Amino acid sequence: MPSIRATADVPATVLQIRGLNVRYLTPGGSVTAVDGVDLDVHAGECLGIVGESGSGKTQLLLSILGLLPPQARIGGSVRYRGTELLALPADQLNRVRGARIAMIFQDPMTALNPYMRVLDQLREVACLHDGLTRKAAEERALAMIEGVHIGEPARRARQYPHELSGGMRQRIMVAMALMAEPEIILADEPTTALDVTVQAQVLALLQEVRERTGAALVLVTHDLGVVAQLADRIGVMRAGKLVELAGCEELFAAPRHPYTQSLLRALPSLDGIP
Amino acid sequence: MSEALLRVRALDVSYAVQQRGRNVRLRALRGVSFELLRGEALAVIGESGSGKSTLGRAVLRLIDVDAGEIVFRGQDLLRLRGEALRRMRAHLQMIFQDGLSALDPRMQIGAILGEPLQVFRPELTRAERHAAAGAMLERVGLTRAQLGRYPHEFSGGQAQRIGIARALIVGPELIVCDEPLSALDVSIKAQIAALLKSAQQETHVALLFIAHDLPAVRQLCDRVLVLYLGRVMEIAPTEALFRAPVHPYTRALLAAVPVPDPRRARARRIAPLAGEVPSALAPPSGCVFRTRCAHAVDRCAQEVPELRAIGHSLVACHRAEELIGSAPG
Amino acid sequence: MSGSLWSEAWRRLRANRAAIGGGGLLLLIVLAALLLPLLSPYDYYTLDWQHLYLPPGAHGWHLLGTDALGRDLLVRTMWGCRVSLLVGIAASIVSVLIGVLWGTTAGYIGGRTDALLMRAVDVLYSVPFIPFVIVLTVLFGRELLLIFVAIGAVSWLDIARIVRGQTLALKSREFIEAARVAGLRAPAMILRHLVPNLLGIVVIYATLTIPTVILFEAFLSFLGLGVQSPMTSLGSLVAEGAGRMQSFPHLLLVPAVLLAAIIFCFNFLGDGLRDALDPRDR
Repeated sequence: MPSIRATADVPATVLQIRGLNVRYLTPGGSVTAVDGVDLDVHAGECLGIVGESGSGKTQLLLSILGLLPPQARIGGSVRYRGTELLALPADQLNRVRGARIAMIFQDPMTALNPYMRVLDQLREVACLHDGLTRKAAEERALAMIEGVHIGEPARRARQYPHELSGGMRQRIMVAMALMAEPEIILADEPTTALDVTVQAQVLALLQEVRERTGAALVLVTHDLGVVAQLADRIGVMRAGKLVELAGCEELFAAPRHPYTQSLLRALPSLDGIP
Repeated sequence: MSEALLRVRALDVSYAVQQRGRNVRLRALRGVSFELLRGEALAVIGESGSGKSTLGRAVLRLIDVDAGEIVFRGQDLLRLRGEALRRMRAHLQMIFQDGLSALDPRMQIGAILGEPLQVFRPELTRAERHAAAGAMLERVGLTRAQLGRYPHEFSGGQAQRIGIARALIVGPELIVCDEPLSALDVSIKAQIAALLKSAQQETHVALLFIAHDLPAVRQLCDRVLVLYLGRVMEIAPTEALFRAPVHPYTRALLAAVPVPDPRRARARRIAPLAGEVPSALAPPSGCVFRTRCAHAVDRCAQEVPELRAIGHSLVACHRAEELIGSAPG
Repeated sequence: MSGSLWSEAWRRLRANRAAIGGGGLLLLIVLAALLLPLLSPYDYYTLDWQHLYLPPGAHGWHLLGTDALGRDLLVRTMWGCRVSLLVGIAASIVSVLIGVLWGTTAGYIGGRTDALLMRAVDVLYSVPFIPFVIVLTVLFGRELLLIFVAIGAVSWLDIARIVRGQTLALKSREFIEAARVAGLRAPAMILRHLVPNLLGIVVIYATLTIPTVILFEAFLSFLGLGVQSPMTSLGSLVAEGAGRMQSFPHLLLVPAVLLAAIIFCFNFLGDGLRDALDPRDR
């Protein structure tokens, strides 16, 4: 049982995960990536999920949108506004993916199509989900590129992903995620591969996006500093299990689970940083 | 005042790249100068495009250098060739970023550790090498029994320990550490950092610690050198740098580090550094940081700032004196 | 998971039934080629005018019949097998040795040496093989050794290119940098670090070169450029049998089937080795 502290008033729950488990059958036996996780995501909140590599945090995220490989065995329940996502047929799931629940990946180079210009990729999302005309979709795409603070948006829109820097590519990913105005944004280590100053920019952007659109953000990372900045609540994962779930300040001030305590102890202090 | 173990002066390193089908030179390091004392740990921090990895490899003479001086133990490494350079390597070792790929997958650990000994201590017998390797393996927290294993049987953290053992086994005076903690998990990072620190204290080896992870740097290093787009921005003692950074880039860098303390993280009022790192193929004139600097003036575009002493630090900024004592950002 | 990469690879190979089957059959063929001629009362060159063109099992110990000159087909086929395998394996070894040395040197040293060495390879590639062999045969006669040289001289080109590519890829791996930092000289670096890591791919290509070489030799023999009569190879036998194919099909079928079987076995083995040694599969 994860140690759950009472948070303030309990707002509307947009995503309800119950008893989620993900297993893989390997020649050596069954490997459990996610082990019986119960989790709620509230409207408009930022939920941070921290853990080290192998803790299952990425698998958790991928299972919400059905993005796991076919050999994964998934059990439990993931309900989005009452609809069970795990049982949803492909075409209905596609309507949810990208439109209601969007995802930002760690490596934008693999998430972006290297053969398509940036504008075309963004436009594709809009046409697909909201059935906008080409012109209207293009306008929204350009507006979105500006909205993620990319200088010279018209010029950048016509470029290919490899012509942009890492930080810009990540911001394009954010723009893509926002195109259909989702209710929940899932972010899988969105800043891990970025330089620290670029990370600060992207995190500030994510914060701004949340304030602007009211979307909920589920942020998976191994960096406790990142969640300290953005998250309202934090879940700690280890070996597939959710071992602690608490409000941000409580977790740092008084961690209950020994694993959380050891994680916090392993952090060097940064006193005196402005 | 100990004499400098390593003295780098006006180092210029560039390499050829393809740009739109033509060969151009990308200048990775320009005019880099610094000193490293015996037993000291100097951190080299910088983001992508700063040239920090290039610096490490240049000091080790793994890549070619265009101009400048690298004086190590009184000898200019750039003038050494062949056998003399090879013999110098006994005093100058390296630890790599990816511990596993730095080990030959087809060799046993005992052989990997024994190799530097074979080269530099040929008088040792096989048994003596084996014994030394075993002792070093235990020193880094593994067991003698693992001498017979192969690299793929170890985790990233363990592989890094083996890399440290290999670097230490010939008793070098300087170890270049190329982002040794980047590929490791949080809890393992702390262990390996502690191992490096204790090894340093025991053997008084100097470290050139290339990193982008600022908290680890604070723990391990005596002084910090900040690189941006191939040029040195600031060199300062660690605590001085972290408590009172002078150069605008250093300030922005430190302000951007996520702090694992919610109250302080949210209380921060500094806006993140705007803009992108300019392309190294077309760096800005004068001070390379001026395109993103909130304090840039005309002079910054015309003149490259020299590294000058401000208090305990060396800073390359025309307006350094004015900025001291002012609020960061 | 303990043990070297070799023992792991061996385990994977053992699990591959096609490869083991191929290897087993190959072993059988080699044994037969070595032993059957010793057990048979006939040799491969004595003519027997009274028993020409016998079908299989018709007379005495001619289990597979006789050919146009009354010579026992079984014994001749086994001798032909010996020659084909000898040429195949020997020429492959020679070409592998040359190819590996050439490729590692070009890849490791790089720069102008690399360009020079690889341009030489490009030029040799464009040499037309058959006229080359014909010229050699005219100059030096039809010696078995000559066949080795001719075939070996051509097949090392592929291996050189592949080894050079692998060397380039390995050169930038961190453990090679680590070896430089450890003070190794170039020859030690190549022998101790590059070659063992190249062995995997070299073994695979060697196993796949052998059938190519055997086929080359068969082709040469078919054209009449191969080993001198009465010595024979599978290719020569096929050539002889093809001429009388309609009347005495066994003369063609026996060597052809054996040749095909050998090629198949080497290919299965080579594929199995590739799967077993491929480090990416971990």
